[in-house]
Amino acid sequence: MRSLDFNNIHKFSQNGLNILLDINSGSIHVIDEITWDFLDVLESVRGDWGQAEKQLALKYTQEEINTVRQELEELINSNLLFTPESDFAIYQPAKNPVVKALCLHVAHDCNLRCGYCFAGTGAFGGSRSLMTESIGKKSIDFLLKASQNRRHVEIDFFGGEPLLNFAVVKELVKYGQEQAQKLDKVIKFTLTTNGVLLNDEIMEFLNENKMSAVLSLDGRPEVNDRMRPFPGGQGSYALIKDKLLNFVESRNHEDYYVRGTYTGFNPDFAQDVKHLADLGFKEISVEPVVTEPTEAYALREEQLPYLKEQYEVLTDYYWQCHQEGRPFNFFHFNVDLTQGPCLPKRLSGCGAGHEYLAVSPEGDLYPCHQFMGKEEYKIGHVSEGIKNKELCRAFQNSHVLHKEECKNCWARFYCSGGCHANNLAYGGSLVKVYKLGCELQRKRLECAIYLQVRRALFPIG
Amino acid sequence: MKKQVHIKTIVSQNLQATLKTGGCGECQTSCQSACKTSCTVGNQVCKNN
Repeated sequence: MRSLDFNNIHKFSQNGLNILLDINSGSIHVIDEITWDFLDVLESVRGDWGQAEKQLALKYTQEEINTVRQELEELINSNLLFTPESDFAIYQPAKNPVVKALCLHVAHDCNLRCGYCFAGTGAFGGSRSLMTESIGKKSIDFLLKASQNRRHVEIDFFGGEPLLNFAVVKELVKYGQEQAQKLDKVIKFTLTTNGVLLNDEIMEFLNENKMSAVLSLDGRPEVNDRMRPFPGGQGSYALIKDKLLNFVESRNHEDYYVRGTYTGFNPDFAQDVKHLADLGFKEISVEPVVTEPTEAYALREEQLPYLKEQYEVLTDYYWQCHQEGRPFNFFHFNVDLTQGPCLPKRLSGCGAGHEYLAVSPEGDLYPCHQFMGKEEYKIGHVSEGIKNKELCRAFQNSHVLHKEECKNCWARFYCSGGCHANNLAYGGSLVKVYKLGCELQRKRLECAIYLQVRRALFPIG
Repeated sequence: MKKQVHIKTIVSQNLQATLKTGGCGECQTSCQSACKTSCTVGNQVCKNN
């Protein structure tokens, strides 16, 4: 029997279900109390089966101990438990990076003045500006070329508020579709909007062109309006709510996410998700704010136990809604345990800086939207491609295997080391991690895995 | 495998095998989906499944 590395398993308990994850194989088991105890004791005696059995004999019968041991050994021998790590040396980022997605900042301007906006209310620290059709087309040309043999490419119209430049968005969608078709590629468009300017013409255009939509709304009226006011200070909820509901109904609730941000002002964010679900939204994503710790609305370390509890509240509400026949999706609970991404994808992470780039209104390339406007992170221009190859390589190499703090984290193949921008802001380096973010990430992953396990054990409908 | 009494396997797979078979890159970029601030690759879907 090989030695057991307890860094290769993770177990947790939620609502009476004991769940055991084999990290390297991705296998998942539900275990009873004696097996839970067996693993605890086995760990405390550093994997010595004989010693563990002696200790367990004080509480359990020899027959029980024998059966559990046999079951554990069978899983170990089948590479479903304590699976050792592969030789990851065979994983090497591409020498010639393939760019497959662009975040087009078509408008560095906004009609809201959100308190937490990392874009500095739309302008990203620069002057307010709109992308021209010419720069937009060059961006598409760059993407189609830099994507090499990849068939699927993506463009997200982002801002600021991209609908402030809708005429250019329309032209670029048409142009992108034409050019992609010529090359037998599939181009997928997404638009991230606050919804203020949504009208029948825009909705029809987005629906006809099968564009995904990310729609910003934070939840309860008072929560949304505190952080998402108009320039004059009045809240945006009353106007936005009906526009967004109308829009998602016009597309049969397909291909969208209502996306909210929670902050230190609303740590009871499960109530905001509940509010969005009760309004009738079916696809919901509500995420923790990322900002400087000095901001009044920043999430604080001491809020962590409460925030984790909120994910449990949300998990129970999610399950209740599914049982009652009024299901909704919560983005971070969508973990496909059997057909999720391959390991190379899980190792490479978000791809910022090499697979995924952001384009400023002037055509400058940045590693992602979070780095927009930071001169030292300018990586090239759409008319000449990636120029700062060293920076590109630095992002490629900042993957989960190179992050010391991730090596023993059970969630390493789910989160891939987290967001580069967060890591840099909080850890001071691309290969450090944002610890508060890690805690929240692990908690919501446990909730997601729990829900999948519960669904497998107790199918609904 | 014999019937297990104390352990129920919900998912049995070999994620590490995809180190050799995966990596086509046709999947969606994680930040393009709904998050924009937090990388959660594990909840993406594979285009080949």
